[in-house]
Amino acid sequence: MVYSLKLHIPLLCLVLAVGTPAAVGAEQPSTLRIGLTPVFLDNKLSILRIWKRYLEIRLERPVEFVQRQTYREITDLLLARDIQTAWICGFPFVRNTRELTLLAVPLYRGQPLYRSYLIVPATDESTRNISDLRGKIFVYSDPDSNSGFLVPRVGLRRLGYNPDTFFSRTFFAWAHHDVVMAVAEGVAQGGAVDGYVWDTLQQLHPEITQRTRIVDKSRLFGFPPLVVHSALPEDEVRSLRRVMLKMQDEPDGAALLRELNLDGFIAGNTDLYDGIRKNVLYMNRAKRNVWQNQLTLRGTD
Amino acid sequence: MFGRISLRYEVPISLSLAILLTSLVIGSVLIWRSYEELRNDLFRSSVELGTVLTRTLVTALKHDDVWQAYQTLRSAGFKSYIVLDDQQRIFVSNQPKQFPMLSELRTLGPEFDALQVDIDNHVSLTPFLHERLEDERLYVVIPIIDDGIRIANLVIGYPRTIYRPHLMNIASRVGLTSLIVIAFLIPIGWWVGNRTVNPLVQLSRAMSQVGSEPLDDIKYKPLGRDDEIGKLGQSFQAMIEELKEKQNLEGQVIVSERLAAIGRLAAGIAHEINNPLGGMMNAISTHRRFGPLGPETEKTMILLERGLKQIHETVSALLVEARQESHDLTPEDVEDVRLLVQSDAQKKGLRLVWDNKLDGPLSLPSTPVRQVLMNLSLNAVQAAAEAGNVTLSVAPVDGLLEIRVSNDGITVSNEEIGKLFEPFVHHRPGGTGLGLWITYQIVRQFGGDIFVHSEHGTTSFMVHLPLESAA
Repeated sequence: MVYSLKLHIPLLCLVLAVGTPAAVGAEQPSTLRIGLTPVFLDNKLSILRIWKRYLEIRLERPVEFVQRQTYREITDLLLARDIQTAWICGFPFVRNTRELTLLAVPLYRGQPLYRSYLIVPATDESTRNISDLRGKIFVYSDPDSNSGFLVPRVGLRRLGYNPDTFFSRTFFAWAHHDVVMAVAEGVAQGGAVDGYVWDTLQQLHPEITQRTRIVDKSRLFGFPPLVVHSALPEDEVRSLRRVMLKMQDEPDGAALLRELNLDGFIAGNTDLYDGIRKNVLYMNRAKRNVWQNQLTLRGTD
Repeated sequence: MFGRISLRYEVPISLSLAILLTSLVIGSVLIWRSYEELRNDLFRSSVELGTVLTRTLVTALKHDDVWQAYQTLRSAGFKSYIVLDDQQRIFVSNQPKQFPMLSELRTLGPEFDALQVDIDNHVSLTPFLHERLEDERLYVVIPIIDDGIRIANLVIGYPRTIYRPHLMNIASRVGLTSLIVIAFLIPIGWWVGNRTVNPLVQLSRAMSQVGSEPLDDIKYKPLGRDDEIGKLGQSFQAMIEELKEKQNLEGQVIVSERLAAIGRLAAGIAHEINNPLGGMMNAISTHRRFGPLGPETEKTMILLERGLKQIHETVSALLVEARQESHDLTPEDVEDVRLLVQSDAQKKGLRLVWDNKLDGPLSLPSTPVRQVLMNLSLNAVQAAAEAGNVTLSVAPVDGLLEIRVSNDGITVSNEEIGKLFEPFVHHRPGGTGLGLWITYQIVRQFGGDIFVHSEHGTTSFMVHLPLESAA
């Protein structure tokens, strides 16, 4: 609280200093609406507030964060151009590459990459891999999540199991930190979680992560990216990307990144998401919806 | 139960026990009522809470959203929440480790088996309370209803110990109040008990003395009460009085019978002596008439004559002859006796109170009455202590002449009184032992009575002489 106040007051002064003449000018700049999903700890409102001010100052326009319960809602808002940009998971990105353009990719531990973790309650000492969880209760984060849904299901498929019947019951916690909570409190006997979220939670709330045990870590995937709608004007995209990429070079930006447990943002490219794309293809093939989906994907390539 | 214990303890103990029992019963009832109230309150608040929760749970259940349901129930403190789906499996619980999702309630132990049976039997759509003494928890079951159909049940479990602090608090307050009440009532109980029993104990003690101890030694005072115990005491006292009277009467009968026997014996002996005595006296006077005697013989004759005269006097004294011809008793006769007695009284420095209430002649022969007066008053003067008091009163009372003589000095025992009127019983040096004997014989011959009473150093004689029969 003290920390947020300290930053709050000078930022507020800046907003007033910069914002007021703009408002007096001829045109009221339009609000930038940014969709957020629980690919990071989006429940930390103090960070969001500081980040919002940071962006407003740099972009010289009002910024609004839009949060919804599911990934799907944010994706839909983006596709409907209700919001201009969003921080989403790689999975919806690869499914909508035609409509979406990569804005920036976060750097985590120096790389634009992350893993999915398979976790079980700390009291469970016997589970060695996902096969041991057959017939158990399993928590996914979101049906549109790569690390919290697609990765474990692909893993099961590859092992020859039907992910729809492998567990006795599955449910969605809609956020990665709630997946950790559900496993820690024993609501579920296993769960799939974004490794970056788990690691960050480990730093902030070790008392929660300590009650879980990581059974397996997936291979690396492209980090959930910031994307814009492809129809967004090029200059707007450029200015947005510039602000994002400069964050690590500015003291307040670096402080924000530290709060987000990230190292910075890079421009990135779609190849980063080949791993996810392959998984999607694999799952679609497995679902025997092969043809239709292959056409869609080929078209986007 | 208390057959062997004295009433003195039994009554107060019974009272105390009754008080204890009463406060125990009242205490238990109060605690039970508080328990019921607590239970009702708990049920009411559970239903209120549950009804609010079910609104959210309906949506979560319809969307199969376990996480939303879990988050709704999450912060429940000591309460256990269980949502049972329509197949009575656990949809979600706030304690997932204890109540794992999908498990059937009945498989979790006998406590839950019984709960499940209760839920199955409860067909109506109203909430209900499930409580069994042997269970760890009590449960409020609230149906989750959507469109008039029960789609699930919300079970709220409370540890049964939830009542304990309240009940302990109430119990300690009831206990303390009871203790205060008991502390007041038990001493009162003891006091009332003792008040009831003490007269009985006294009575019982006095009764046990009857027969083993002299009646005069039995000290019993009935209480001034009109209840049953008071009446019992009065009856007992009346009985003692009657016994005493009877005993007195028996004593008197024995004394008078003995005196009568002695009288008969004395009269018989006197007659037997009088006959030869008369002969001997005649012989001496005849002998004297026939010629002069020598001086030696004359001396012997005088000795014989004197001895025989003494025998005659003694015998005559024994043979009290009351019916001598004499004039009727007048007040002056009484005053004559006073004169005779006064000199003796003065010698001893006595205070003599002489109360002569006669105001005219009475139909009683004066000589024997004078003798009675004389004997009794002289007897009193002699018995009185130095510088003591002697009182005499003579009065006609209801066809009787009543003579009362009393003196202070020593108390005469009852045993001595019984022998007082026997002949030759000497109570003082110098007496003949015949004075009271003669008095007694005279009084008896006139058909009168003589009473003696000696107490606290004062001895009184009372003589009743009937007037008419004496004529």
